[in-house]
Formats: sequence, structure tokens, C-alpha cells
Amino acid sequence: MSARASTGRRRRALLGSATDITAILLVIVALFAILDFDAFFTTANLTNVLISASLLIVMAVGATFVLVTGGVDLSVGSVLVFSGVVAGEVMKAMGGQGWGAALVGVAVSMAAGAAWGVVNGLVVTKLRVPPLIATLGSFGAAQGLAQVITNGNDLKDIPYELVDTLGVGRVAGVPWLVVVALAVALAGGLVLAVTRYGRRTYAIGSNAEAARRAGVSVDRHLVSVYTMAGLLAGLAGIMSYAQFGSTTLSGHATDNLAVIAAVVIGGTSLFGGVGTMFGTLVGTMIPAVLANGLVIVGLNSFWRDFAVGVVLVAAVYLDQLRRRARTAR
Amino acid sequence: MTALLEARGVTKRFGAVEALRGASFAVGEGEVVALMGDNGAGKSTLIKTICGVYAPDAGEIHFAGRPIAGMSPSAVHDLGIETVYQDLALAPDLDTAANLFLGRELLAPGLLGRLGVLAKKRMAARASQVLTDLKVAIKDPAAPVATLSGGQQQSVAVARAVTWADRLVIMDEPTAALGVPQTRAVLDLIRRVRDSGRSVVLISHSLPDVLAVSDRIEVLRLGRRVARLVTKDTDEAQIVGAMTGAWTQEEAA
Ligand SMILES: Nc1ncnc2c1ncn2[C@@H]1O[C@H](COP(=O)(O)OP(=O)(O)OP(=O)(O)O)[C@@H](O)[C@H]1O
Ligand SMILES: [Mg+2]
Repeated sequence: MSARASTGRRRRALLGSATDITAILLVIVALFAILDFDAFFTTANLTNVLISASLLIVMAVGATFVLVTGGVDLSVGSVLVFSGVVAGEVMKAMGGQGWGAALVGVAVSMAAGAAWGVVNGLVVTKLRVPPLIATLGSFGAAQGLAQVITNGNDLKDIPYELVDTLGVGRVAGVPWLVVVALAVALAGGLVLAVTRYGRRTYAIGSNAEAARRAGVSVDRHLVSVYTMAGLLAGLAGIMSYAQFGSTTLSGHATDNLAVIAAVVIGGTSLFGGVGTMFGTLVGTMIPAVLANGLVIVGLNSFWRDFAVGVVLVAAVYLDQLRRRARTAR
Repeated sequence: MTALLEARGVTKRFGAVEALRGASFAVGEGEVVALMGDNGAGKSTLIKTICGVYAPDAGEIHFAGRPIAGMSPSAVHDLGIETVYQDLALAPDLDTAANLFLGRELLAPGLLGRLGVLAKKRMAARASQVLTDLKVAIKDPAAPVATLSGGQQQSVAVARAVTWADRLVIMDEPTAALGVPQTRAVLDLIRRVRDSGRSVVLISHSLPDVLAVSDRIEVLRLGRRVARLVTKDTDEAQIVGAMTGAWTQEEAA
């Protein structure tokens, strides 16, 4: 085996389909660094970028698994809000303050999210409703229930213990939000890349019938993947509540699209079977870096939406090119 | 000879299409049986019904004396039956080793294994050995199988089935896309599988291959068995006659 082939293989193992997009992120960072090094390229500013991306990272980790199976989850933003609301109500009922309420709140939020994930998974596998529609249904239903529970008014009382740690606290100088987001991404990346669970996730997205004939319990695996995506949306829900001190009922209507855009920009195929967690991380950072950098160099941050749109279409175009090159044989 | 696998009166409908109309089929221990028939005769449907992909609408299937009709694919695997499907049933985005070990991945030793971590190196090594035995030269074993040629993909599917089958290998047109040396390698492999005491079902449209490797031939027409022949006592004319309906062996059904 030639040395070149072997480094090529190593790069493929790490980046997979995300090689091009990683280069684009580096170019964007380099551009902002050149334009205004002192304002952009500081630890404080780059930390801010990570904070602004942390909720999306957590949800995008779940979405990467879902997209690799060839599915999609449109419900995440609503599930985030719903989970925060349920956790908020439970913490309020526990007296509103103290470590006990805080920890129960975290657990309840994740459980509430996981419950929506189970519903999504069962509707997709047992009722055979396509994921696009099944999760569009939960998107509406979860948002509606959150409004019903709160009567449309945001909850605002949350234990200080939670705000001071998960919300705005730091460990060794790094914000809790960032620590949690990166820990989730690292764990998710390892599960996807080196475990049997990850391998079967790819197999199902690549050819579900082949996986079934090989003895994989496809339905059970899919339910678990949607459950994980829901659980992570629930985790994002309590993170968001802790960060903003409010359940932000109307603040997450387009999270689902932002998450899917990030995952797809990161090289995960909409058709399933292909994708890496590293790519997802890069795909989440591109919009975050753009939003931050554009403001710093004095451009309106609305340009971010424009640029992300262009990058998204370009990423899917590259995926199509790769598929065409492969099937042309 | 006692039958290792015996199907009797198997019926399978797809909506209005009756793919199997009381089909029977039998394979003995250590026997190579060719299953022949025209396009659409129901061969693939019959073997998918045997290995758990479909549940039969009627009829019985026994393996080593146990009823297996309606079992799940993984339960059928556990009995030692493996299948090369006509559509190959590979995951195109996964590499060769991942496809060989699909559904029965090897785990790392110790704690990592209990966490579900794969033993990738061990699987890759076993895969490359199996493929060498089959005379399949794959340039980049880490490339997705979608980038392999049709024949190479077919070899991967054959290798997978032979590696895991303890008792019976079913091959649905395993040489359809293969070159001459690779076809010969598969026929040799079928003989080796038989010599190891296992049984083989070979579905093929190639009369020379069937005559070269099989002990018996069973012919299916319009979803029903129309002939059971011993290979050394038959000839091309009789086989073709059975497939086209020019000749029917009454007691075969
Ligand atoms: N999943 C399915 N849905 C509907 N009809 C089917 C299905 N599978 C098979 N059939 C029908 O059943 C009949 C038998 O098909 P089968 O694939 O078993 O034939 P075959 O003997 O394997 O043919 P070939 O030599 O072309 O592979 C055909 O008429 C086919 O159209
Ligand atoms: Mg067939």
C-alpha cells in the first residue's frame, strides 16, 4: 500500500464526506481573522461563537444519527420548548429553587424529549408514516402542548443553581454550555464511528432491507435513534431554559431547519448511509462563525442567512456529484 | 437420504400474483441441489420464503426436522442457513469487511467490547483472507462496496454467506455477473462447502455450471415443482423440457 493511499484512507476515516466543508470553515475563519484579527480571533470571542452554537450542536448530534438512517426529524425545536416547559412546571411544583429541583428538572426535560422521540420512532416504524410527516406532526403537536400547558406565557422561574452552572457558569474558564455540547458531540461521534450501534445505523441508512435480512432489528434500532434525538432535544431544552431564564416559547420555530442544514452542510447525506459527527460539528460552526464574524467586520448579520443558504445548496450539490460519480460505474 | 430441508405445498401471494402455488423442495445433508426454472418461475420467492424474508401463505417448511416457516431472518441464520440473494442485499455505503460482518459484528475484547466497540482490525483481516480464498482482488478494502464492480459485489455476497453458514448455503444466481475465473472459483467453493459436510442450494440459469456441480436438480415452473432429477442420470434436453413445460414428471409436485 502506498503512503499516499494510506494517508488518504486516514483522512477519509476522520473526515469522511466532510473534507471540502472543513476547508470552507477554515477559509471563513481565516478571512475574518485577516479582516479584524483583534476583535475576532480572541478566546473570548471564539468562546462566544461556541456558546451561540451549543444548543444546535446538541440537537445536531441526534439529527446526524437520524439522517444517517435515511430519516429526518423536524420536531426538535418544538420538543426543546416542550421539554423546557414540562421541566419548568415540575421544578415550580418542587418549590422553584434548590439543587433537588435543578437535578430533577434536567432529568425531566430529557425524559420529556425522549418520550417525543419514542412517539416519533413508533409512528415511523409501526404506522409506516414517512419521517418527514411523522415528525412534522410532532413539531406542531409538541409546540401546541407547550402553549396549552403555559397558556402561552413563558415560564421564567428557574433554580439559580441551574442558571449559575449550566446557564452561565464556567468550568476552568469554559462555559458549561460548551462543555456539555462538546461532550455530547464527542460521545455521539464515538458511538457513530467505532461501535456496533453506529455501524448498524449506517447499514440501515444504506440498505434497510439488507440490514433486516442480515438479522438487524431495524425497527427497534430506528426507534432508539429517534428516541436519542428526542432525548438530546430535551437536554437542549433545559440548557436553553438555564441560559435564557425563560422557556422561549416562540424562539425555536426554525431550529429544525437550522439543525438539518448544519448536518447536511457537514456532509451527511439526506439519503442516509453517509455522514460523520466531525462534519456535523463543522456544519454547525459555519453559521455560528458567519453570524459572529459578519457583525464584527461591520456587515449586517442578515448576510449570514444568505451565506448559509448558499453553502447548504453547495453541500447537497457536492453530495449529488459524489453519488453520481459512484453510480456511473 | 434424510432431508435436511424440506418444503411442502408452499403458497405465496403478492396481491393478485400467485408466485408460489404449492411448491415443494428438498435438500439432503451434504447435497448440492440446483433449483432451476424459467424467469418468474418463483425460485427467488421460494428461497426467500425459506430463509425468513417472507412468511408463506400456506404450506410447511422443515429444517432438520423442525418447522421453520414464518421465522425471522435472524432466527433462520441461527439455524446455520445463509443466503446469497439475487439482489445481493449489500449495504452500498459500507466497506467490504463491514458487509461481510453485517449483523454479526465482532466486538473488541474486554470492557470496550462490552461498550459495543467494534474489532475493526480483526474483521478486516478475516475479510481479506476470505476474499483471497475466493480469488477476489479488491484494490481498496476500505472503499464502499458501491464502488466495486458488479462481479466483485457478487463475490462479497457469496463470501459472506459461505463464511457464516454452518449447515446450508443458498445461492440465488451467484455467478450471474462473474468472469470465468471467478465463476470457477465459486463452483470450486460450492464443492468445498459440500466436502465440508454442508448442503448447497444453487439457483442458476447456466446449464453447464449446474451439470458440473450439482448432485440433483429440482425444476420449478409457474410456482410449482415439475421435476426432480439426479444430475448424472439426466441431460440438457430433459431439463429444458421440464422448464418449458414440454415434459412434466407427475410425481414431482
Ligand atoms: N415482492 C413482490 N411483489 C410482487 N410480485 C412479486 C414479488 N416478488 C416476486 N413477485 C412475482 O412472483 C413471480 C415469481 O418471481 P421470482 O422472483 O420468484 O421468480 P424467479 O424464478 O426468481 O425468476 P428469475 O429467474 O427472473 O430470477 C413473478 O411473477 C414476480 O413478478
Ligand atoms: Mg430470481
